[in-house]
Amino acid sequence: MDVIRVQEAPFQFDAEVDALRAGNPAIGAVVTFLGLMRDFNDGDRVLAMTLEHYPGMTEKSLGAIVAEARERWELQGVRVVHRVGELRPEDPIVLVAVASPHRGEAFRACEFIIDYLKTRAPFWKKERTESGERWVEARHSDDAAEARWRDEDLSGEGC
Amino acid sequence: MIRLRYFARLREQLGTGSEEMAPAASVAEVLERLRARGGVWAEAFDGEQTVLVAVNQETVGVDAPLADGDEVAFFPPVTGG
Repeated sequence: MDVIRVQEAPFQFDAEVDALRAGNPAIGAVVTFLGLMRDFNDGDRVLAMTLEHYPGMTEKSLGAIVAEARERWELQGVRVVHRVGELRPEDPIVLVAVASPHRGEAFRACEFIIDYLKTRAPFWKKERTESGERWVEARHSDDAAEARWRDEDLSGEGC
Repeated sequence: MIRLRYFARLREQLGTGSEEMAPAASVAEVLERLRARGGVWAEAFDGEQTVLVAVNQETVGVDAPLADGDEVAFFPPVTGG
């Protein structure tokens, strides 16, 4: 069972991973990505962050990303939990947890999902620094990370 | 009518998050009407800053056709995760 949630409330890492794998002896590997809020970005100290999203489209786009991962790899379960609203340094922002029979699929699918989430899911970060508020700019390195997976499609190395 | 929505930096720049508009044939036609308002509207949609478009919550190009009742969203490149 896949779970996709967008929420203001904090999430519990252990509880999410336990729920992902509970009662499924076909799972041989769980790979997780936990994204955290840094207190430093683009040369400035960041005091807080507000995450905005497009309710409805966010869940739909995350669902499409997970569905694409499932087409590419043999997976037993996926959990994506993303927070919105006010966040402070050290707060978890996003959890991607992927369960599969073997580690290879889980590693690749987890990285694929976070790479696609960063370039496709409609979330926007606004940082509060000592000199005021600013919207976070999209990074070319994130586009490059996403493009790798599409290049793999072309060369047939994706699986 | 179609429903327009604006998010993040664009929402702040335009001073509104949503509005209703008379039906249009395509996203391009909506963009023409918005630019014709001048001021911040012309600035926001003059092509200088990247603006992404979704119709009924699916990302599309500016040539995408529209039907009565559609929801058209405009927003900057995404920065989640």
